[in-house]
Parts: sequence; C-alpha cells; structure tokens
Amino acid sequence: MMANKNQKTNNDVFIIGVGMTPVGEHWDRSLRALALEAMTAAREETGAMRPEAIYVANMLAPALSRQSHLGALLADFSGMRGIEAVAIEAAGASGGMALRQAYLALASGMVNTALVVGVEKITERVTAEVEAALITSSDADYESIHGLTQTALAAMLMRRYEFEFNIPEYAFAGFSITAHANGAKNPNAMFRRPIKVETYQRAAILSDPINMFDAAPVADGAAAIFLARGDILPSNLPFPPVRIDASAAAVSTVAVHDRPNPLSFAAAEKAVKVVLDRAKINLDQIDFFEVHDRYSIFAALSLEAAGFAALGEGWKLAESGAIALNGQIPICTFGGSKARGDTGGATGVYQAAEAALQLQGRAGEIQVADARIGLIQSLGGIGSTAATHVLSAVETL
Amino acid sequence: MEITSHWRIKKQRYALVGEVCPHCSAKIFPPRDICPECGDEAKDHYQFSGRGEVYSYTTLYNAPAGYEEQAPYTVAMVQLEEGPLVTAQLTDIDVKEPEVGMPVEMVTRKLGSEGDRGILIYGYKFRPVLETA
Repeated sequence: MMANKNQKTNNDVFIIGVGMTPVGEHWDRSLRALALEAMTAAREETGAMRPEAIYVANMLAPALSRQSHLGALLADFSGMRGIEAVAIEAAGASGGMALRQAYLALASGMVNTALVVGVEKITERVTAEVEAALITSSDADYESIHGLTQTALAAMLMRRYEFEFNIPEYAFAGFSITAHANGAKNPNAMFRRPIKVETYQRAAILSDPINMFDAAPVADGAAAIFLARGDILPSNLPFPPVRIDASAAAVSTVAVHDRPNPLSFAAAEKAVKVVLDRAKINLDQIDFFEVHDRYSIFAALSLEAAGFAALGEGWKLAESGAIALNGQIPICTFGGSKARGDTGGATGVYQAAEAALQLQGRAGEIQVADARIGLIQSLGGIGSTAATHVLSAVETL
Repeated sequence: MEITSHWRIKKQRYALVGEVCPHCSAKIFPPRDICPECGDEAKDHYQFSGRGEVYSYTTLYNAPAGYEEQAPYTVAMVQLEEGPLVTAQLTDIDVKEPEVGMPVEMVTRKLGSEGDRGILIYGYKFRPVLETA
C-alpha cells in the first residue's frame, strides 16, 4: 500500500484538521456545545469542508446526561442534517474505535471524508454517580455488584505488580511527573503545573496503593479530527496532512479475573503487534507513543505490552527519563490522561489530535524533535479493548 | 439492575456454582458455557469449595452510588484452589490485616440493597481462614 513512504496514494487516509476544547469542569457548557466547538475548529482547518459522515466517540452520555443517539444529535446541532452519523461506544476506547471505524470507511472507498468527534460530559453528576457510571464498563454481574470501582481494579493490578516484581518504593512516580511536566505546557490541559517527586510521595491514597497522582482526573472535553482520502485532498491546506499509516484493534476479557495473567494487557499487546505489521515498521522507528495512562500502572503495562520494556520493567522507563520529551520513547506528550485530563470516550480523539500536532510540528513547547512517526493507543475498561494507530508526517504530496 | 438478573445467577452468588469442561477438565467460574481453555462447550455444573487465597486486594474510600454507606470496604481478587480468580469483598478482616497469599474462605453476606423497595442482595464474600482451636 505504501510504495514510497513520502508519496501519497489515493487510498491513503489523512488527518487534515484538528480541534480540541480545554479539558476541565465545564459547568457552563453542554455536551453538544463542547462537541460543536471541537468540530468547528477541526473543520476550519480544512476551509470549512462538510464531511460525508460523522463518527462520534462517547462513553457515558446515556448514563450521565440521559442522552443517547449522539450521531443524529451532533450532526443536527452542527448544521449538518442529512449526512450519515453514528456514535461508537467501546468504554474508554470509544475514541480510538471511532477513529478506526472512520478509517475503515475511508480506506474502503465508500466514504471520502469524515469527522471524528469525541465528547464527554462528566461533571453533570456527583462523584459517586460518576464512579457508578464508569464501572459499567466492567463486568456488572461479577465485578461491579461487589462495589468495585475502576480505581479499585487498577489498584489491585498495581499491588500485584509490586508483589510479583521487586520494585522500589515510589517506582511509578516518574509517570505522573513526566505527564505533569508535559501538561504544564499544553494550553488545553486540566492541570498546568509540574509536580515534584515529594508531591507524589505525599499524595493522599485513593485506593491503596494508588494515590492521587497515580490516577487521572476524569473531566469534560471534546476533540475532533477531520479525515480525507488521498484522492480528494484539497491542495491549499494550511497545515501538512498527517497520514494514518495503519489501524488495529483487539479485545481481551471485560472482567480482569477472567484473564490468565491479569498483569498482561493482552489486547494492547495484540493491537500494537498488528498495527506495526500493517505499517511495516518496528518499535525502533516510533518517535513517540501516546499511552492511555488512566492510571500510572496502565502506562507501565502498556509499555510492556507494546514491547518497549520487559514484563515487570515498564516503570524503569519512567525512572530513567526514557519517557520524557527528549527521551528514547516520549509518552503522553501533551500530558496524557494524568495532566491533560481523561475525557472518557473522547480521550482517543484527543490522542489523535495531539499526535497530529506533533507530526505537523505544531506542538510548541512540547514538540518532540524530528517527530516523524507516532503510535497512539486508546484503552477501554481495564485494558479490555485496545485501538491502536500509527500516524506519520508526510514530506511531499 | 433488576430482580431477575440477581435471581438468574443465584447459584453462583449463594454457592459458587461454576462449570467444569467435559473435554479438558478446566474448572470455570463464572460459568460461560464455552471453555476458555480449549474452546469447546462446557455446561457441566461444578461446585467450587470456596477456599482460596488472596491474589490482590485494595480498600475503597470513594464508593460508587449505592455502596457509599459501606465505605470504606476492602475488595479482593481471590484465587480459588481449583484455579479461577474471583472478585469479591473481604469481610471479617478487623481481626487480620489482608495480605497477598492470605488463605480465605467463602461466606454468604449481604452485598447491598437496591431500589426504593430495598431489595436485599446476598452473595459471596471471603474471610480469612480462622485458626482452628
């Protein structure tokens, strides 16, 4: 499919516009208003093109806003009645999976242009109700009924990890410190201050051993990307298009206890392996990796699943600085879920938008030097679903 | 969740009834009708002993809606002696701090109540195996 990496072909799928709202507690903004802001911003970068289809990524609107049917809702609200629109749900991986559905439609040739918009409105409800909504992505009959939360499930993985692998105290601190260092320079991040290791060490425990800085805040936000096929790319785009070199997705079990080894993110491992095969590249060629760091233990397990570290050694990449912007494999370059904020089903679209900015050289103070190829991975539940994409900068068209 | 969904899985909740694969003898909990080990049909009932050890655990302070009154409480993944992992709350741990590897046994306790009519939901929890006198 890619005869020459720097040439486009008609079947290639490109990101030609991105838009993001700041992540935070948008008390004054509705679900549809947030989505519209991101959609409009992405379309503006294309000269206000009208997409043939809209793919909405969302996880919790039915539970928290009593609103389903987001495809029609957002197509109408954005003034695009009559087009095709649908919402895609795969828990926290909704964003990555919506991008994948749009990619498949364009790569097939059945659709020429699409807008992928991820939106989540978390702060309509109090914490206990948000926790109850979030845990619906786990096993209702055999996990949630026992009063579990996502944080408790992640905490059990982290404790077992600490038990099985002989790791030092505060081994996960580097994930949080790196995320906040990057988030401090992302204008859309929820938290814009770097933290020190002492801050991590003093942090209150949420669900032992997970502390406040091991867990990402869940908040409101919307992100959108505009996709177009190679054969209809406009010639006068303000920014270079970013190519989606490959797309892959895999699932493991919903319930953590159903896995042969709960410390192995099998879906993430499979999705990375397949996407690298499809892109015909190896790990050494990846310039940065947008990891879905809902919890610091997720970042460690994702790095291990991808093959950047051996089992039980993912935390070492945080400790050594390898995941920093100038490190061997930068992750969460815009702050990740930890500092940018996790927007549930919209997170995967934020990752794609942020990766596009890196590959276009538009990341400002958090630019990864010479970023040519980026890997992004969107996780649903406790690593139950993984949607993984390889994006690349295009030299000439 | 509605009454019927609790009623449907009462054998699992009250008695840890799972399945055993007639093809590869794998013990399965929760029941899933297709053996996760060999992929063949597995619908034969199997009664688990209820004994196992703590695989991992944590304590929750921010409980989901419906569980706030119980907080803080401790949950665990328990490795049953027949093999499967099961997720449940730990109980009677005021006498013994939980730790990974701690022997535990199944007991039936109230899991919670639901709805305006206050339907009580019972099911398995696990407690430390007490030293025999």
